[in-house]
Amino acid sequence: MDHLDHLESLGVHILREAYANFKSLCMLWSIGKDSTVLLWLARKAFGGHVPFPLVHIDTHYKIPEMIEYRDRLTKEWHLDMVYGENREALDTRKTFPDGNADRLTCCKLLKTEALKHTLSGQWPRYRFNHALGRYEVDANTEPFTGVIVGLRADEEGSRSKERYFSPRDRQNEWDIADQPPEFWNQFKTDFAPGTHVRVHPLLDWTELNIWEYIDREKIPTVSLYYDQGDGKRFRSLGCYPCTFPIESQAKNPKDIVEELRSGHLSNIAERSGRAQDAEDGGGLETLRREGYM
Amino acid sequence: MTNKNEQMNIVIAGHVDHGKSTVIGRLLADTDSLPKGKLAQVKETCRRNSKPFEYAFLLDALKDEQSQGITIDAARVFFKTPKRHYIIIDAPGHIEFLKNMVTGASHAEAALLVIDAEEGVRENSRRHGYMISMLGIRQMVVLVNKMDLVNYDQQVFDSIVREYTAFLDGIGLTAKAFLPVSGMQGDTIAALSDKMPWYTGQTVLESLDSFQKEALPVDKPFRMPVQDVYKFTKAGDKRRLVAGTVDTGTVSVGDEVVFYPSGKRSIVKSLERFNAPSPKEFSAGNAASFTLQQQIYIARGQMAARADQPAPQVSKRLRVNLFWMGKKPMEKGKDYILKVGTVKEPVRIEEITSVMDASDLSSARQKDSIDYHDVAECILCCQHAVAFDAIDDISATGRFVIVDEYEIRGGGIIREALADDQQQMRQQVMQRNLKWTGSSIGREQRWERYNQKAALILITGKRNTGKKTLARAIEQQLFADGKTVYFMGIANVLYGVDADIKKPGPDQTHRPEHLRRLAEVSNILLDAGVILVVTAIGLTKKELEIIQNVVDSDLIEPIWLGEEPTDIDFAMKIPDLADLDETLGSIKTLLQNKGIIFKP
Repeated sequence: MDHLDHLESLGVHILREAYANFKSLCMLWSIGKDSTVLLWLARKAFGGHVPFPLVHIDTHYKIPEMIEYRDRLTKEWHLDMVYGENREALDTRKTFPDGNADRLTCCKLLKTEALKHTLSGQWPRYRFNHALGRYEVDANTEPFTGVIVGLRADEEGSRSKERYFSPRDRQNEWDIADQPPEFWNQFKTDFAPGTHVRVHPLLDWTELNIWEYIDREKIPTVSLYYDQGDGKRFRSLGCYPCTFPIESQAKNPKDIVEELRSGHLSNIAERSGRAQDAEDGGGLETLRREGYM
Repeated sequence: MTNKNEQMNIVIAGHVDHGKSTVIGRLLADTDSLPKGKLAQVKETCRRNSKPFEYAFLLDALKDEQSQGITIDAARVFFKTPKRHYIIIDAPGHIEFLKNMVTGASHAEAALLVIDAEEGVRENSRRHGYMISMLGIRQMVVLVNKMDLVNYDQQVFDSIVREYTAFLDGIGLTAKAFLPVSGMQGDTIAALSDKMPWYTGQTVLESLDSFQKEALPVDKPFRMPVQDVYKFTKAGDKRRLVAGTVDTGTVSVGDEVVFYPSGKRSIVKSLERFNAPSPKEFSAGNAASFTLQQQIYIARGQMAARADQPAPQVSKRLRVNLFWMGKKPMEKGKDYILKVGTVKEPVRIEEITSVMDASDLSSARQKDSIDYHDVAECILCCQHAVAFDAIDDISATGRFVIVDEYEIRGGGIIREALADDQQQMRQQVMQRNLKWTGSSIGREQRWERYNQKAALILITGKRNTGKKTLARAIEQQLFADGKTVYFMGIANVLYGVDADIKKPGPDQTHRPEHLRRLAEVSNILLDAGVILVVTAIGLTKKELEIIQNVVDSDLIEPIWLGEEPTDIDFAMKIPDLADLDETLGSIKTLLQNKGIIFKP
C-alpha cells in the first residue's frame, strides 16, 4: 500500500462510519477539487453509489462553469443534489459585490448563514428532481445531524486543529480548546440532541495528495483549475468577485502535481488567491468558529 | 535518497517545559526544513527585542505563518531527512491535555520522550511513558534534554537513565536508547557534541532514521469488523456488499469466512472495488468490500475471520487495562458504552482489580471508582457477548474505548476473555449456525414476496394480564391485513419440544432451557419469513438475552403488558387491554415504524 492507498482507505473507513452512525447525513460539495475527491471516495465506499444528499451553498456569485459542472455530474452520477442560499441577503443586496458589505460580512451572510440555515432546514432547500431535470423546493426540512466536509489540515491554521469527527454545539459553535479525544480507529459518533457532528475524511490529505489522486483516478474536475491558454488558472475556487487566478501554465492534473512538487508553487500558500482570508487576520478562525467551512 | 512514499509519524511527549518545542525547532533548523530566511528573521526579532534567541520561538513564528500555507501546526510538524518524510506530533505536556496527547499519539509509529536533565523524571514523564505503552507504540527513544544546564554531567544523565529504565521495566516497555541532548545548544541533535565525549551513541536524527517502519500485519489471522452490509438497488445493482476495513491478515475469493459472535459463515464470492479491477486479495489496511456465495444475514458489529485461521475470542466478560479521561469518575454499577471494532455494547464495571495513578505506578490501590487520569485493571461485563482478540494476540482488535454521555472518556486494551454464564449456550448457537443449511431463497426475496419483514413479537407481563388475548388479536388483525403471521402458543412448545424437561408445578430450574428451545423454534419460523407472536410470563432482561443469543436480536420486539415491568428493555408498554382496538392500532404503528409492515 502506498501513501495514497492509505489515505483512500482511511477516508473510505471514515465515510462508512459516518453512514452507519448518522441517520440524517449529508455531504457538502463546494464543487472544488477537495470535495470532489470526497465525492469520489463516497463512490468508492459505497460501491459506486452516493447514499446521502450532497449540499451546495450557492452564493449566486460562483463562477458559472462551477454550476454547469455541478449539474452535469448530478445527472451523470445520479446524485441526490440539494442547494441552499441566503435569499434575504441577495434580495436586499447586502453583499460585497453590491458594495453593501465588506468581504468578511459577505462571506458570513452568503456562506456561513446560508449553510447554517440550510443544514438546520429552516431555510428552503432546493433538490434536483431527476425526472423533471430541474431543482424544486425540497419537502424534507429535517435538520442534518452529520455533515461530511472535505477540509484538509494543511489548508490553513485553524483547520489543523480539527478532528475527523468534530462536534458543533446548538449554536453551531466549535470549542477548539475542548475537543473530544479520537484514538485508534474510534471516533465520536454519539451526539446529544440538538448538536451535530462534522466529519472530515480528508483531514490528512495535502494539496499535493489531492492532485496526485485526481490524476491517478482520472476524476473529472472543473476546467477552471487548468490553464486554457492565457497562462492563468485557478488554484482555489470561490466567488468570482473575491477569487483570482494565479500565473501558471499547468494544463492538467499531472502538470499541477509537478508544479506543486518542485515548481514555482512549492512555497506559496494555496489560498493566496482568496481575498477574504487576509481580512480575517490570515487565520479564518473567526469565520470557522461560527460555522464557515 | 528520500523515499517520496515513505512517511513516519513520530510523537514527541514529555512533561511540560522539558523542552519539546526547542528540540523540534532545532531539528527543523538542522535539517534545512525551514522556509528561506526564517531562522535569520527570528534571530533578528529576538535581537531587536533584546530577548535571547530560542529555537522554540521558531515554532511559534511558524505557527503564525501557517495561515500562509507553511506546513506546520500546533499539533503536527512536517520535515524530511534523506531517508524519509516525518510528521512530528507535538503532544501537549500539560496534564489537562492528556486527551489531546492520546489523540495525537495513537497514530504514531514511534515516540521521542523528552526529560529535563535538571528537573529529572516528573509526573508526565511517567504518565506519557505509560500512555505510549498502552497505545501500542513499541519504539521509543528517550531524550535527556537541557544537558547544558547540568554541565554535560554524565552522572546526571546516568541517574535519569537508571530511574526511568526502572519505571519502564515496571510497565513492560523498553526504550531503544537514551540520548543526552541540548535542544538549545544543538548537542546530539544532528551531530555528536565535543562537550560530551563520553557519549558516542546515535544523534536524534540518526535515531529517528533508525526507527523501523512497522509492517502492516498481513501475516496475522484475518480480522475485519463489519461496518455495514450494503444493498443499493439503484440502477439495478443486485450486489450485497459486506464492507469494512481489514485490520489484519488477508482475504481472497473462495475463502470461507466466519462472522463472530454469531458464528454464521459463507464463502467469499467476489472482491469489489469501484473504478478499479477486482484485486487478488484485500489485506491489512485496505478498506474492503466483498460479496458472499450464500446469502446469510449479518449486520454491523460482527467480526469477519477466516475459517482456516484461529478464531477471535467471544465473551461478555473481559479483563482489561483502561485509562480514564472523564472529569466524573468511572463507577461500578453505572452504564457505559463499550466500542470495540464496530460494536457498540452496553457495559458495566464488574470489578476494579487495581487502580494506579499513572504518575506513580508503585502504588496500586483498591478503589471503587476510576478517577480522572487514573489507569486501572478491571473486569468489564457487557450486556451481550462481543468478538475481539487479546491484545497480545492481535493488537488492532484488542483495543476499545468507553463512551459516557456521548463522549469518548476512556480507552484501553483487552488482556483476556473471561468465562461468562452464557458461554455454553453461545457455543450451541455457533455450532448450529455452522451446520445451518441455508435456503436457496434469500431472506430479502422472501420478505419481498410476503410484503413484510420477519419479526418476533414477544408479549410479556405478569400473570393474568391478557397476554394470550392480545396475541390472538394481533394474529387476527395482521392476518386480516394479508400478513403471514402465526401465534405460537407456549403449550405447543412446552408439551412437545420440551416434553423431556417439562416438570409439573412451579419448578423454574429448566426455564433457561425452555426459553432457549422456544427461541430455536422461533428462529426457524423467522427464517421462513413469518411474523411470529409469542407470549411469556414476566421476562427479565437476562432471560431476553437468552432469546437474543439464539434469534437475531434486531428481529425481536418485546412488548410489556400490564404494570410493574421487570428490568427488560421493551419496545412498547401497554397498561391494559381496556381499549383493544386502540392497542392494536398502536402496535401496528410500532411495526410500521420498525419497517416490519408497510405504512398504508
